[in-house]
Amino acid sequence: MCIELTEEERMIQKTARDFARKDIAAVVEESNRNGVFQDDIYRKLSELGFMGMTMPEEYGGVGFGNLCLVLALEEISRVCPSTAIAVSVHNSLTNHIIFRWGSGDLKKKYLPRMTSGEAIGVYALTEPNAGSDVAAVRMSAVRDGNEYVLNGSKILISTGDKAGVIIVIACTDPEKRTRHLTAFAVEPDFPGFSIGKIEHKMGMKASTTVELVFEDCRVPASNVIGKEGRGMQIALGSLDGGRIGIAAQSLGIAQTALDEAVLFARERQQFGKRIVDFQATRWKIADMATNIEAARLLVYRAARLRDAGRACSKEVSMAKLFASRIANEAVYDALQIHGGVGYTEEFKIERFFRDARVLEIYEGTSEIQRIVISKKILEEYEQMYLA
Amino acid sequence: MKIIVLLKRVPDSEAKILINKEGTGIREDGVKFVINTYDEYAIEEGLLMKEKVGGDSKVTVVCMGPDEATEAIRTALAMGADDAVHIADDSLSNPGPFTTATIMAKAIGDEEFDIIFCGKQAIDDDMAQVHCILAEMLDIPQVSVAIAFELSDDTTKATVSRRIEGGDEKIDTSLPVIVSCDKGLNDPRYASLPGIMKAKKKEIRKKSLADLGFSEIPGGGRSRILKWLPLPKGGECRMVEAEETPDAVRELVRLLREEAKVI
Repeated sequence: MCIELTEEERMIQKTARDFARKDIAAVVEESNRNGVFQDDIYRKLSELGFMGMTMPEEYGGVGFGNLCLVLALEEISRVCPSTAIAVSVHNSLTNHIIFRWGSGDLKKKYLPRMTSGEAIGVYALTEPNAGSDVAAVRMSAVRDGNEYVLNGSKILISTGDKAGVIIVIACTDPEKRTRHLTAFAVEPDFPGFSIGKIEHKMGMKASTTVELVFEDCRVPASNVIGKEGRGMQIALGSLDGGRIGIAAQSLGIAQTALDEAVLFARERQQFGKRIVDFQATRWKIADMATNIEAARLLVYRAARLRDAGRACSKEVSMAKLFASRIANEAVYDALQIHGGVGYTEEFKIERFFRDARVLEIYEGTSEIQRIVISKKILEEYEQMYLA
Repeated sequence: MKIIVLLKRVPDSEAKILINKEGTGIREDGVKFVINTYDEYAIEEGLLMKEKVGGDSKVTVVCMGPDEATEAIRTALAMGADDAVHIADDSLSNPGPFTTATIMAKAIGDEEFDIIFCGKQAIDDDMAQVHCILAEMLDIPQVSVAIAFELSDDTTKATVSRRIEGGDEKIDTSLPVIVSCDKGLNDPRYASLPGIMKAKKKEIRKKSLADLGFSEIPGGGRSRILKWLPLPKGGECRMVEAEETPDAVRELVRLLREEAKVI
């Protein structure tokens, strides 16, 4: 499998890099210090086509693949990981789910607004007692004529307060095993919808995280995505895309950790020489760089497999597991190289250190990734013995 | 309005430049190449004029460079240029400004144009000569180092501002004209993703020297690069320190006279 980027992929990467280094960098400190979601940045990203990257032209998209999305997310994350969250969720979850499972009418209704960036896509699965355990979703949706009535709450929802369209996974029939969940497209001005608690997080501060509250929220039956009872299948079937997104975000964070560590170590003098000339520093740099390179190969390959339409859950989970781990190792080592000042807000590494922690938690914890990987591996072995 | 933009592919300003062993050029392995920074202002100004005048206005990119320069050309097309002429010939390596201008004049002579925009200089060899020679060869006026460009309402004239010591100089010019662009003229747009998609279908007309009617490299004898040399290593920096400034000055003068022997 060829990992060399094509001319077109390099051009997309360059646009994302230039935009991140100029426009996002101009506001990154302020938006992360004050917890501001930058509407203006998302408007510009939409104008450049980043909110409809993988959608076909007929819905206002540009029809590029997952690898292009990975390149964009990696470049954005090198400057502001929190900005990448909404871009990832919007493209790899919301756009993707409506396009893959939505009816023709639903696609026509929402996709043009989403690819143009007019409506930011949000994905709402997690509940106090459901997350990794998708089947445990208990938010209820009861059919009432041409509508469904939704009751319950979703927690830890990224960008929930900025949503134009929210994909909500709710329980339509607790009696049916695996067919008990249904996916809905919900607009924030539907009656009975409100924003609950706003979380104060450890990192990723330029992205909001909120609770969504549904009190007799009425959703037209035509806004069911797929069919009633398909929610579980949709939630599980869209995992891969979201995970590749976080793996890409991990690459960006790890790369910046390395960049900052090298820059700092070349300047900082102790005991009469630059700390980059100490072997202890050199070894950290070598390990970081090697890990990043290995992670990049895993992530790009997973994206290419997905673009080729191949089954790739194992490869995606491996990429997400490994990239998120080495990103956390990289920010740890980079902060260590910075020493005391690295622990202050004066240096970028402090923010990246906080941002990195969630990589091993959201879009499937590292533990969940290991379950996926080991399950696939054991299946492969069983097939070998059967054959 | 027919607009031509001259484009050069140069090493990224962040790239580490090393001279090759033979001293005939730079080592290109591992070096990233990009559109010359000042040419980006030229592309943007061309696109702005096209959008302003509308109708059947068109921006054509003209680039001379190796096959790999297509990526830079394609980026200009993704920004919004309509088509391109790519002059590529294996016999061309490090052509001097006169050679470049002679070949470009021939290629441009085959096109219609009202305005030619280019960067004020390339950030690799910093010659800043091609557009001046081109103006002479095409027999059109040239205005260099533009920081503002204003087209008259009837699109027959333009007023160009250039930054000079202590102020701005405003120049009225007739069209056609060649204008070299400086930083500050505009804010170059990004190549948008729809632009990148559309650029795939835009035409790049590739031309060799023979296609342009040359049987040999023109103007070769005018100037020749003898050898490329790395920058000399900087000498040791020595700080002259003293309690009182006059003492430091006295010591500095003594060092300049007795050790450096320059005064």
